[in-house]
Amino acid sequence: MLSWTIYTSFLGAAVLTLLPRDNAQAARVAALLTAMAGFAVALVGTFKAGGGLNTLCDVSWVPTLGIHYHLAADGISLTLVLLTGIAAVAGILFSWNIEHRAKEFFAFYLTLIGGVYGVFLSFDVFLLFVFYELAIIPKYFLIAIWGSTRKEYGAMKLALYSFVGSAMVLIGIIAAYVVAGAKTMSLIDLAQYPFPEHFQAWAFPLVFIGFAILAGLWPFHTWAPTGHVAAPTAASMLLAGVVMKLGAYGAFRVAMTLFPLGAKAWQMPIALLAVTGIVYGAMVALTQKDFKFVIGYSSVSHMGFVLLGLMTLNEIGFTGAVLQMFSHGIIGGLLFAVVGRMVYDRAHTRELDALEGMDLNKALPFAAATFVVASAASMGLPGFSGFVAELQVLIGAWRSFPTMTVCAGIGILIGVAYTLRVLQKAFFGEVAAEVNPRQTESDALSRAQPHGLEPISGPERFGAVILMATTLVIGLYPRLLLDLIVPSLNSPLFEGLRRAGAL
Amino acid sequence: MSGVGYFDILKLAMPETIVALAALVVLFIDLGIMRPAEGKFRRMIAALVTGTSCLVAIFWMHQVQQETAPGFLSGLLVVDPLTQLVKQGVLVLTLFTAWVSIDSTFTDHTGEYFALLLLATVGMMFLVSAENLLMIFISLELLSLSLYILTAFNKRNLRSAEAALKYFLFGGMAAAFTLFGLSLLYGLTGSIELRPIAAALKGKGLDPALAAAIVMTVIGFGFKIAAVPFHLWAPDAYEGAPTPSAALVASGSKVASFFILGKVMMIGFAGAEGNGAWRALASGWVPLLAVIAVVSMLLGNLAAIAQSNVKRLLAYSAIAHGGYALLAVLTDNLQGVAALIYYVVTYALTVLGAFGVVSVVEEKAGEARFSDFAGLSRRAPLLSFCMMIFMLSLAGIPPLAGFFGKFYVFTAAVNAQAKNLGLLWLVVFAIAMSAVSLYYYLQVLKQIYVAESSTNAPALKPSAPFLAGIVLVAAGVLALGCAPNLLVGELSAAIKAAGF
Repeated sequence: MLSWTIYTSFLGAAVLTLLPRDNAQAARVAALLTAMAGFAVALVGTFKAGGGLNTLCDVSWVPTLGIHYHLAADGISLTLVLLTGIAAVAGILFSWNIEHRAKEFFAFYLTLIGGVYGVFLSFDVFLLFVFYELAIIPKYFLIAIWGSTRKEYGAMKLALYSFVGSAMVLIGIIAAYVVAGAKTMSLIDLAQYPFPEHFQAWAFPLVFIGFAILAGLWPFHTWAPTGHVAAPTAASMLLAGVVMKLGAYGAFRVAMTLFPLGAKAWQMPIALLAVTGIVYGAMVALTQKDFKFVIGYSSVSHMGFVLLGLMTLNEIGFTGAVLQMFSHGIIGGLLFAVVGRMVYDRAHTRELDALEGMDLNKALPFAAATFVVASAASMGLPGFSGFVAELQVLIGAWRSFPTMTVCAGIGILIGVAYTLRVLQKAFFGEVAAEVNPRQTESDALSRAQPHGLEPISGPERFGAVILMATTLVIGLYPRLLLDLIVPSLNSPLFEGLRRAGAL
Repeated sequence: MSGVGYFDILKLAMPETIVALAALVVLFIDLGIMRPAEGKFRRMIAALVTGTSCLVAIFWMHQVQQETAPGFLSGLLVVDPLTQLVKQGVLVLTLFTAWVSIDSTFTDHTGEYFALLLLATVGMMFLVSAENLLMIFISLELLSLSLYILTAFNKRNLRSAEAALKYFLFGGMAAAFTLFGLSLLYGLTGSIELRPIAAALKGKGLDPALAAAIVMTVIGFGFKIAAVPFHLWAPDAYEGAPTPSAALVASGSKVASFFILGKVMMIGFAGAEGNGAWRALASGWVPLLAVIAVVSMLLGNLAAIAQSNVKRLLAYSAIAHGGYALLAVLTDNLQGVAALIYYVVTYALTVLGAFGVVSVVEEKAGEARFSDFAGLSRRAPLLSFCMMIFMLSLAGIPPLAGFFGKFYVFTAAVNAQAKNLGLLWLVVFAIAMSAVSLYYYLQVLKQIYVAESSTNAPALKPSAPFLAGIVLVAAGVLALGCAPNLLVGELSAAIKAAGF
């Protein structure tokens, strides 16, 4: 039944292309219905499935090469499928104001969603790769057509980075397929094949980094800020919310399970890159002038925790990493929604200096309140999902590499700093009139403007509430997801990692 | 050779005969009956006859299963499941080439155009069936001569004549090299049949004369497949030729040429392979082709980035794709043959569709510059969607045929030396280059989907039958990508049965 998440999305995209061209409302509604149907399927499927490994569909696809169309789900997939469902619905709610070529926008959007669902549910490496690449192209068009700041550059950079990453992955999986020599692409079979250590020593970094490029691994993260900034709101919500998770998921699901010995050998160097990403992303975010760039770099920083969690090679670290994927998907989406839709679409600027004078907490109280909640979640305050996730990653990391954990902790501190800075500048800026009488005139203008801002619309409120509620629920009762994630780490898929003495 | 009657040969060569007769029929109908009719109607009728003959030939091959014994007719005409399958592929490509020609107004000599199309197809079919040096050369020439004329077919355009002249001069030189190489081979072995040649070469090692023969032969075929450094004619020919002719040069002709190249190398030069593994290079045809493949991929992809005309871009991309396909040849095993055929057939289908779309734009705008494609998605949504499928398939994006083709070729290449992953370096290079290629294919799509069209851009109204043809090709590309087994399964069975 879960496989219908994929088909619904693609069907929705196909239906959209048949709708009349100038009826934006019909396109929106159709897209929303599709996304909600996908989410409903995901939700019901999750309750039915539980944490173990369930095969949904397994038919021979290309018999001569031993490729199967194999969809399955374990707790990790389910967590991310749920995330995709929520993010898809929220993204559509936040693009309710798209009028320009709306039908194409939502068709590309749903194709992307379908590809993402597909990646999370594939248990055949070839199939996973097909869905993974399928998701690249819609991203390009979403950004290049509907984006803002340097959109064509950002879109092309994102597409090429993704494609280079997937090229690395392709080399790795072809080599693994040939070396295993069993004519199978099944993830489970390949994970049980003992690849020679010298092979894993180069195949692991190749495949891991290939995937991790999309997860924003430093120093291959540079597509992320430009891509996020250039993207339209819904696309940046998806980029931060689910697409970056594709990378992390692939790194975990394919690179680490297939090449556990390689993971052990490369544990330190990659953990170092992850920590560098955490600290570097946070520090760069601290100095940005553009509101959206701050969030863009914060994504790099938060995704560093996911990769750090993976590199701990212990169970609590893995659990934390998966939870952090979910958590950042929600929080990152929320942050981008506030910046891109609530603020930028109304104020038409993202310059923090300009926003400072606009007194947005009065003009857009709902946006300000949402951002306060989102910042609190992003900083990792207890009660929000980010806290549980980052705490687990840090505990796991402490067992493996205490020094780096301290560095990551510093990253969190800087995270608090940039979040508060941007919160204060964007929403609670001091109106400069009292300070500098010479600017009264221009200030009067800029103060008059906010009151002309259209109020936050219903769909936006609804979307924001969904995301805020999710992060709170998971923060207060993380067992909802932990009960899915933890049992799935015992599946035969992670046999290799266990045998490598990791778990 | 006793016991082989003319009737038997005629029966074996029936598909070729059907197509050759159709060429005459097209000429007769067009010149004798249709002459006074309106241009569009004439083209429709001629295309209909062409297409019907292709279908009849395909149907014949399905119905009459025949096979020639080894050594039959000294390999002049080899009929086995594999050659039949490839011929069917070639016929399908001709069918669609004729289909996308119905809207093209570059010539009034409709009958001659379609007759030449069919004659070129006869050349391809005999080429595919040949395991005899003489026959290979003759059918290669039949194919090439038809293509030269087709390239020059637009009498109103000087570019077309220039393109044809370049194509012809290079082609003539290449033919001379081929002939020289083949005669050396005959001198060395005393045979003009591929299998006996291989038997005679066995154990002799690579003496200088054989090396010269290999190099000369590769030069000749390298020209046909537009591999670097024998590619110089391609960009000009693609750009100057009438678009449907360019489509044939890029599609059917490529399939036949690659197939015969694979056959000559793998069968004829068996024993002189050498080794293409990274640290174990040993001279032979494999390393030679490896080098050609690498430079083709490199130059094709990098030069394509700099193009601003879609036809030239497709020419350079064809060079690059030739490089990928060569990887399949130099695997030197059966999986490689299957991968090669899958790859070139799907590539040909894709590029044929792309040229079809280009022809529509060119018909209106007079040229095929990037700017002529600006905003196409709003002027012709369906056509644009098809173009997106073609471009993404060429770039190797799943779930389109181009992706599986690449995957299949790369897997076969790595598998060829599975123990030490000897050919992995080539695959790494090819995958890196295909990452580059996404950039320029996206440039085309950017024009179509992102750029705004200029206000006075004419509306595009391709005729319904034409549009149906393009959509069918696009559907084929999608179907072969989603269900590769449609072709792969047949191929594996045919190769097994043919005992390649």
